[in-house]
Amino acid sequence: MSALAKPHRLSHLDVLESEAIHIIREAAGERTNLGLLFSGGKDSAVVLHLATKAFWPEKLPFPLLHVDTGHNFPEVLEFRDATARRLGERLIVREVEGSILRGTVKLARAEASRNAAQSVTLLEAIEEFGFDALIGGARRDEEKARAKERIFSHRDEFGAWNPKAQRPELWSLYNARINAGEHMRVFPLSNWTERDVWAYIAREGIALPSIYFTHKRDVVRRDGLLVPATALTPPRVGETVESVSVRFRTVGDITGTCPVESTAATVDEILAETEIAELSERGATRMDDRTSEAAMERRKREGYF
Amino acid sequence: MSDAFDTNDAGVLRFITAGSVDDGKSTLIGRLLFDAKGLLRDQVAAISKARAGESDGEIDLALVTDGLESEREQGITIDVAYRYFATPRRSFIIADAPGHEQYTRNMVTAASNAEAAVILIDASRIAGKGLKAQTRRHATIAKLMGLKVIVAINKMDLTGWSRAVFEEIRDHFARVARTLGIDDPIYVPIAAKHGDNVARLTPQTPWYEGPTLLEILETLDASRRNDGVFRLPVQRVLRMPDGARAYAGRIASGEVAVGREITVLPSGQTAVVEAIRTFDGAYSAALEGQSVSIVLDRDVDVGRGDSLASTEGRTTRAFVADLCWLDEAPWEKGRRYLLKQGSRTTQALIDGIVYVREMTELAEVGEASGLKLNDIASVKVKLRDPIIADIYSERPATGAFVLIDATSNQTAAAGMIREAA
Repeated sequence: MSALAKPHRLSHLDVLESEAIHIIREAAGERTNLGLLFSGGKDSAVVLHLATKAFWPEKLPFPLLHVDTGHNFPEVLEFRDATARRLGERLIVREVEGSILRGTVKLARAEASRNAAQSVTLLEAIEEFGFDALIGGARRDEEKARAKERIFSHRDEFGAWNPKAQRPELWSLYNARINAGEHMRVFPLSNWTERDVWAYIAREGIALPSIYFTHKRDVVRRDGLLVPATALTPPRVGETVESVSVRFRTVGDITGTCPVESTAATVDEILAETEIAELSERGATRMDDRTSEAAMERRKREGYF
Repeated sequence: MSDAFDTNDAGVLRFITAGSVDDGKSTLIGRLLFDAKGLLRDQVAAISKARAGESDGEIDLALVTDGLESEREQGITIDVAYRYFATPRRSFIIADAPGHEQYTRNMVTAASNAEAAVILIDASRIAGKGLKAQTRRHATIAKLMGLKVIVAINKMDLTGWSRAVFEEIRDHFARVARTLGIDDPIYVPIAAKHGDNVARLTPQTPWYEGPTLLEILETLDASRRNDGVFRLPVQRVLRMPDGARAYAGRIASGEVAVGREITVLPSGQTAVVEAIRTFDGAYSAALEGQSVSIVLDRDVDVGRGDSLASTEGRTTRAFVADLCWLDEAPWEKGRRYLLKQGSRTTQALIDGIVYVREMTELAEVGEASGLKLNDIASVKVKLRDPIIADIYSERPATGAFVLIDATSNQTAAAGMIREAA
């Protein structure tokens, strides 16, 4: 055990890291049956890394939970499973497909985006395991409705967020009290920006799925987005499939997530691109959030993360 | 990879903006983000689209901050929204606190994690009239929470850039500041809509030499008043690889070093710090704000809710505190509330109201019988179990507490210890 020097002062990332660890420990101190939402995406990888630090050298006092739409990129699922194995943590996967078979999710079309349907499967998982708090990687800089959400965010027995009845959240004194059937969502990255996340991934050497880095992919250009040409998202009549060097800024459902053109092969190169990015992370990559400015708020009221 | 991207470390300034719906607050935030390049192309497009039909072609900067659909319909912001931007000199977190009187609880929420307050005053409507009750309320909360105060006197273009109007409002505010005991407020004349004196000096105010609002924010001393005394509320006990117990938590104030004697509160047992452990290795010393795990040299009884403190640390079961009542449900005399300070929760009883602050003349009204939403009061509190006897103005992180209604689970009040028995 080598003694580290005393830090001269805490950097911006040090402050964010210590704040997130404090939040995760408070969640585990105030609630008894937690889960950490881990999709294999970069924000959840950062939260998992922070949770590992918060309880080191002990294992996490809660399992990882992923709601799989069945439309995920295979590289991300492999990374998800490999990470849980490497850390020796328990991973619970619940599939939207299961909710479809049970009849609790009905899709308009078989190939429709399953992003909104995730909420149903998530709430079913919460009930099945009796979770009273879920830790997730949402950030306030992602989107306007999230900009107003508390770090400890209350959900009623229907899993719904009520933006008008949020509890005041003062200092670092989090109120995680709930009634039976309700739960808390806890967001340790609330005060992080996309740039902070990438800078932290670089500093800590956090592993990510390969599709975050440049790779050749068949896409079509549609409404200013690069839409992956896949079996689920086939090109439309008249569209031309091109092979383009791309990377993903966010990963989610295949039917709703688009990559950006990029040759960035390392985290440093991604950071350099983030410095000069002209489009917000969701605006550049998410088809569902472009439907309407208020799309996220509506989904969150229905129990979405 | 190094810390090359972990720079611009004049650190982070967290500030709130306080003003009424019409003072131009949302416009000012939009302006700061726009001029500091904190807005991306699609976000600018979204706010242009949001009011298509009533727009005159000019981007409505106010729409940047009006996040929620329900608020968009009402045309006012009703909750705290957080915004992030950075200049080469500093990173900023804006907590946008609404101005409506009934939403004072949101301003208190925003202020609790901020170092400074930008209080916005509409110069065009105050000239010759005196300050609005709201401005006095904002100043009262800023003082209560220990924030540095910047007074942005807005819409100066509508006064013909009148120096006399600026000075009249400044003198009004200075009187309020004196009454409340606010130290050295900073005044800046601006027109947020056009960006004058926000990020660039305007030729319209030859009688004002600067700095701009952004320069004031970039150079403001961000350290909250804190006397540097060590406090660490214990969140969890962790078992180290060698079997030693370590007490995990974030240092709320001061520093700690290996070899230092500490006291466990409330038990009063003493011990010496043997090691400061983290995932990243062991430290010889650690600073305020760091999350660490502390190993002591002897067996003491420590659990979540206890604190490690420097040896002069004391506890109390009775104190006088300032209180902001935040709940729709008014205070009920004789009712027990839960009190949370650090990682400790205990039962509390409000044993009497010293005074409620009246918001027009800022007078202290002694014969108050109740507390309701948005009241600011001085109260006597009694506890079932002792907590750390820290004074908010000296150690905000441990001098602060919240009251929780155990029936509704609502956060009922924000409290600041002023005087421990």
